[in-house]
Amino acid sequence: MSFLNINWYQYSSPQTFYPLAGRMIPWFAAVAAVLAAIGLYISFFVAPTDFQQGEAYRIIFVHVPAAWMSMIIYLVMAGWAGLGLAFNTRLSFMMAQALAPTGAMFTFLALATGSLWGKPMWGAWWVWDARLTSELILLFLYIGYMALQSAIEDTRRADRAGAVFALVGVVNIPIIYFSVKWWNTLHQGASVSLTKAPAMAATMLWGMLIMALAFWAYSIAVALMRVRCVIAEREREANWMNELRETE
Amino acid sequence: MHWNSFDDFIAMGGYGFYVWMSFGLTLLCVVLEVWLLRRRANGGEEQA
Repeated sequence: MSFLNINWYQYSSPQTFYPLAGRMIPWFAAVAAVLAAIGLYISFFVAPTDFQQGEAYRIIFVHVPAAWMSMIIYLVMAGWAGLGLAFNTRLSFMMAQALAPTGAMFTFLALATGSLWGKPMWGAWWVWDARLTSELILLFLYIGYMALQSAIEDTRRADRAGAVFALVGVVNIPIIYFSVKWWNTLHQGASVSLTKAPAMAATMLWGMLIMALAFWAYSIAVALMRVRCVIAEREREANWMNELRETE
Repeated sequence: MHWNSFDDFIAMGGYGFYVWMSFGLTLLCVVLEVWLLRRRANGGEEQA
């Protein structure tokens, strides 16, 4: 069977996706574990001491990947929400719903680890700087999406309302990303960007990228775990779910 | 290797509290999320 002959549409049904997601989880979890082990080794034993910040800079090995994930997960979540609205596929809405708590977790971690870096480096746990404030708004957007989704009884209406909310919130992502350019922020500008060479030692960069890939794999694994929970809860009454329960 | 001893490693050049809190918090979140999801998958509620 060639790649083109696979009927991709069949995977948009929760019934076929449920077992597929189950088979994918261990692979992504294993990749996440291996990459995290390599990333942590580089973070603590390979990357050199920063001549200005001493050892405190090592916080960036979790801070920067967490901040990247907080924004990427939001974009992916909004993408699923948009697909759901456009094609009315139930699984798309479920994917969006499955991503939100993990996105909120990474947003919280970006803020918390940033704060732990800010105290020794800036002398303050928090400042109302454009980068920090827009990231805090991102946390509120995730929480708002989850609250709205769970507040509406009717699943179809909850999905659509949540999706519209998620799409409107996308406007905050470029604000976070460009905040350090548009405003005179205390938060430093990007050390890594797509357009110019990174302004840091190669081993530091590799440590950060590998940790970011570990977080990616982790996010996919937990989102698949959660989407299976969402499917199981929503399809409780469906025949295929009952048959699956009996065979497991 | 930048560390002369285990104590040196834990001290993180005087920034031990901030560095270990950051990595510890991240680990705690990951463990908590997976634990809650496993519980939810087994029919319980995920409260996160």
